[in-house]
Amino acid sequence: MGVSIEVANLNAWYGTNHTLQDIDLNIPANHATALIGPSGCGKSTFVRCLNRMHETNPIARVTGTVLIGGLDIYADAKPVEIRRRVGMVFQRPNPFPTMSIYDNVAAGLKLNGYSNHHVLDEIVEKSLKNSALWEEVKDDLKKKSGASLSGGQQQRLCIARALAVDPEVLLMDEPASALDPVSTSKIEDLIFQLKSQYTIVIVTHNMQQAARVAEKTGFFLNGRMVEFDSTHKIFTNPSDKRTEDYITGRFG
Amino acid sequence: MTRIRFQQSLEELKEQLLVMAGLAEQSIQRAIEAYRVRDLSICDLVNRSELAINRLEREIDQAALDLLAMEQPMAIDLRFILSVIKINADLERVGDAAKSISDRVRSMEQMPQADLPVDIPRMAELATEMVRKSLQSFIEGDAELARSILTMDDAVDAMNRAAYKALTKVMEEQSHLAPQALNALMISRALERVADHATNIAEDVIFWVQGADVRHHKSLKTAPDPHTME
Repeated sequence: MGVSIEVANLNAWYGTNHTLQDIDLNIPANHATALIGPSGCGKSTFVRCLNRMHETNPIARVTGTVLIGGLDIYADAKPVEIRRRVGMVFQRPNPFPTMSIYDNVAAGLKLNGYSNHHVLDEIVEKSLKNSALWEEVKDDLKKKSGASLSGGQQQRLCIARALAVDPEVLLMDEPASALDPVSTSKIEDLIFQLKSQYTIVIVTHNMQQAARVAEKTGFFLNGRMVEFDSTHKIFTNPSDKRTEDYITGRFG
Repeated sequence: MTRIRFQQSLEELKEQLLVMAGLAEQSIQRAIEAYRVRDLSICDLVNRSELAINRLEREIDQAALDLLAMEQPMAIDLRFILSVIKINADLERVGDAAKSISDRVRSMEQMPQADLPVDIPRMAELATEMVRKSLQSFIEGDAELARSILTMDDAVDAMNRAAYKALTKVMEEQSHLAPQALNALMISRALERVADHATNIAEDVIFWVQGADVRHHKSLKTAPDPHTME
């Protein structure tokens, strides 16, 4: 099941560039939360702080608190453990190109010490079903490579890979921006189904997508969280003029 | 400023609606004038306006639909387009009410004049003032002015109720005046509807400008939940 995320006084830097400033935010469990804002506003940096990926850059720095299911990820846990609990899907699908579909999904499990074939088979099937890909690939699991799939299928394969290690949170950084409308709507349907089991945070430039899939939406601007509210409120009657100007296209 | 073309399209939509508003307002004023001076040539003008209003209603709806489909508007732009669609329908109904009054004036042509206990000119004055103010609130995006219109509707409703009571009494007690009383009653009812449409327009302006839904705010407190009704 998904868990809530509590962020308090979060600040992040790339070198001297203060990319996130004083972010306070409570993301509810088992909901989809969308983060919107112009390029460079800090939304992708923010999600990278939720699984400690931001600090993989040597010039990056983070201060503040992030509690995931009550666990302080910067004080009480190792990055590897955090990334098992907090899966991530990127803008461009990134399957392991030489591995089969099966091995792509099983990779994280093997890394975590799983070796029993029956258990692996079961989890691979469940993950591919959860990512709505099973019916399309079940006959070619070990025959075809991940790279042989279409872009939309590859993205769902990456989601299956993320789900296989049984995370509590799924971060998605523009997961459909490189996909055609049909593949995009499959990913959106998937997000809709998955949020009953996982807490989903999705970064998107597509505001209609945010409106379609998320119950909560946050608007970032210049490294700050300008407004966080129900998606309905943000897209019909936002409280902050800057939010309204952005979503109505008056700047950005 | 980005989306310049979209902003221009919104301005054009507003201008189209203002043309429609001008026609509807003029139409109701003409219908009242036709009643006052019993001039059928004015009724012809009302009929022609009604046809033009109907045509404009379709054009405005199509333009609004195009913007919804092509531009995926958000927030205040979305509320604006939604309000335009609803105000458009209300203005078309104002045109219908003007036509209805003008039809009554035509049917009264062969009837002798009667001194009836109903102040149609006063009612018309109030209803047209509501239309004028509601359109002014739309032009200026003035939610406060729009709010001031909501209370005016009660006065027109009260006048319509009083007219109903007085005119049914005439029909009962002076049956030879029944046709004139019935016409006056229908005109009173049409003016009451015009005031209702002006109220709707004011409510839509408030929704557009402030995002607040003020419709049915009194009756909602005691309304049954439609989702649990058998």
